[in-house]
Amino acid sequence: MATVIDTHDDHHDHGPASGLMRWVTTTNHKDIGTLYLLFSLIMFMVGGAMAMVIRLELFQPGLQFVDPSFFNQMTTVHALVMIFGAVMPAFVGLANWMLPIMVGGPDMALPRMNNWSFWILPFAFAMLLGTFFMDGGAPAGGWTIYPPLVLQGGDGFPFMIFAIHMMGISSVMGAINVIVTILNMRAPGMTLMKMPLFVWTWFITAYLLIAVMPVLAGAVTMLLTDKFFATTFFNAAGGGDPVLFQHIFWFFGHPEVYILILPAFGIVSQIIPTFARKPLFGYSSMVYATSSIAFLSFIVWAHHMFTVGMPLQGELFFMYATMLIAVPTGVKVFNWISTMWKGSMTFETPMLFAIGFVIMFTIGGFSGLMLAIAPADFQYHDTYFVVAHFHYVLVTGAIYAIMASVYYWIPKWTGHMYSEKMGQWHFWISTVSVNVLFFPQHFLGLAGMPRRIPDYSVQFAEFNMWSSIGGFVFGLSQVFFCYIVYKTIKGGEKATDQVWEGAEGLEWTLSSPPPYHSFTEAPEVK
Amino acid sequence: MSLEHAYYIPHDAKWPIVGSIGLTLLLGGFAAQLNGSSAAGMAMLVGFLVLVYMMFGWFGEVIDESEAGTYTKLEDVSFRMGMAWFIFSEVMFFAVFFGALYYIRIFSLPWLSGEGAGVATQEFLWKGFENVWPSNGPASVGGEYEKMGPWGLPAINTLILLTSGVTVTWAHWGLVANKRKQLIMGLAATVLLGFIFVGLQALEYSHGYNELNLTLGSGVYGSTFYMLTGFHGFHVTVGAIMLTVMLYRSMKGHFTPENHFAFEAAAWYWHFVDVVWLGLFIFVYWL
Repeated sequence: MATVIDTHDDHHDHGPASGLMRWVTTTNHKDIGTLYLLFSLIMFMVGGAMAMVIRLELFQPGLQFVDPSFFNQMTTVHALVMIFGAVMPAFVGLANWMLPIMVGGPDMALPRMNNWSFWILPFAFAMLLGTFFMDGGAPAGGWTIYPPLVLQGGDGFPFMIFAIHMMGISSVMGAINVIVTILNMRAPGMTLMKMPLFVWTWFITAYLLIAVMPVLAGAVTMLLTDKFFATTFFNAAGGGDPVLFQHIFWFFGHPEVYILILPAFGIVSQIIPTFARKPLFGYSSMVYATSSIAFLSFIVWAHHMFTVGMPLQGELFFMYATMLIAVPTGVKVFNWISTMWKGSMTFETPMLFAIGFVIMFTIGGFSGLMLAIAPADFQYHDTYFVVAHFHYVLVTGAIYAIMASVYYWIPKWTGHMYSEKMGQWHFWISTVSVNVLFFPQHFLGLAGMPRRIPDYSVQFAEFNMWSSIGGFVFGLSQVFFCYIVYKTIKGGEKATDQVWEGAEGLEWTLSSPPPYHSFTEAPEVK
Repeated sequence: MSLEHAYYIPHDAKWPIVGSIGLTLLLGGFAAQLNGSSAAGMAMLVGFLVLVYMMFGWFGEVIDESEAGTYTKLEDVSFRMGMAWFIFSEVMFFAVFFGALYYIRIFSLPWLSGEGAGVATQEFLWKGFENVWPSNGPASVGGEYEKMGPWGLPAINTLILLTSGVTVTWAHWGLVANKRKQLIMGLAATVLLGFIFVGLQALEYSHGYNELNLTLGSGVYGSTFYMLTGFHGFHVTVGAIMLTVMLYRSMKGHFTPENHFAFEAAAWYWHFVDVVWLGLFIFVYWL
């Protein structure tokens, strides 16, 4: 539509095409954002269903419902689906919806490629989930796909490898689009240090993605050739080393965990100032802290491998480098608290989730510091303590920020207010149940319960039962969340343009919902 | 000026979904092939053809738009940044395989031969194993083999690629100076050198497999040698095809001294495979 010399006359209409093909061929950043977000919600439910199977089996000691092999498939695919299918696409969806609006641009910089970034994902996940129906079932070696274990899988193995390749292609294209959009599509006057923090954190996340997704691609390619083409990268008999895989994997994997959390930092940095009715405290320090975290994320990977057998110098370097991350992260947490300090605060659902994020992400951060201590890690490694740690940072961290962002921006997206009462219920049920779910896992881990096992010794029974009950309630409360989203899309009180009293930024200058093409005139940036 | 006329937003992108289907058929077919399915080769072939069709269609559409004068400076900058960061992601992909090579030579082989904390490994698992590069490991995986020396074909190939870097730059100078003949001759020479390089690599592989008993299965030396040079050779092939398209477009009269992003993207890509080759020559063939 927006051509200088338009050779397609039938494209002069300014609305979306009709029917299903609108969604298949769209180049509109809002349509693609919506696709990403809905895809992410579906995958969240799929991955959640697998988590329910895990908690059901662990409800009591002994084998009750599934056989151990299927249990391992559940833990493996739950992680892959939640990381690559739920959290990452949710963030990319938010980026698609909000970045062009926040920087005052007309759309994403490379709209056709944007469409492809999304439309690879359903195929990749069809391939990954299809492995459940193959000989030997889905991959069951854990999401970290360590050799030699993962090489002993069934027919699903090469499909999983190629599914990961496809997810990687999608992520790299998405990240390139984000970077180019931010660098090239900003409205006049929108200097880098005026950009909203969500834009900044995504900018840095995109660099992480471009740098490490190809590393994962290389790692899984070596797995594939080790299994099918006689190479010996990870086989000591041929001079290779299984530990080499772990180094490569975590060189991807550690920046990856910041890919899963930096956009969350950005979201929280948007929401807290709105509901504290104060500008963000320490804007530039937030930018520098985010950059420092991103830099440090490249030199800490081996803290995932303290017990694997590393030279002492390695253990020390990775221990201290890891602890260093607490500094910029602390800067962020203190900035959020300082933003709230003496603010005129109200506690609508987005703010509740954002505050929940700050508190519970910090708990996850502290348990991360405990794990960073190399000598202590020898006890925690591969126990439920680790499971508790990363679920605090990913569920009450990343997922909570995504929930917060949905409540924060859904009035803008749909033009309808969500039901505040239901939102508050969703928050409180989730927050109580998620702590019942994950907090006891700290104790289980410290007491020695290993992760990734379908059965356990009887002394762990009580905490596991608590954890499972929390899990079921948390799972159901997310079904409730789906209902809230559905209701809000269908109808509800009309949202104003400003939506929130304290909201600032270009997205609130547009109508709710925004027009199909956000800014037809370059907005004025103050 | 209103924004929607300042930046070209295409409409109705039908090629991405075609690409997704092609990619799924190609990779899914490959996976099924590895599992021993007999019909999978067909799926791969169809997937590959669909991808080729997608590329013709997608790039064709963009070329038409470009020739129609749709793009301004702004879109050009987007394309340039996009290509630059794509090449960076490729650099990271090669970095993994170089990293694996260094790790194997610096850590895993010395440890297997008893250095550092590897004393027990050496004593109880691989007694008598010595760390000599090239190595196919303590179990001599793949049997006796010979090393691929640097000063035969690889040295010639280095010269070829470096020369092609010069010719593509010469072609660029021709384009900028509006000397069409120099552009076409420079590109033709580059493409020719590129395909000669690929041909010589094929010759070298055949020499390795048939005379040196050096295969992908020759332990870590064979693995790193063939994976690194193989992925590089694949990228050279892709780059040479890109340059062939540029040659064809130059002969059709495309590109102006001001507007020739596609040519530059292909040239950047070519320099990138050139630089990777220098790394290969030094670390895979020579040292």
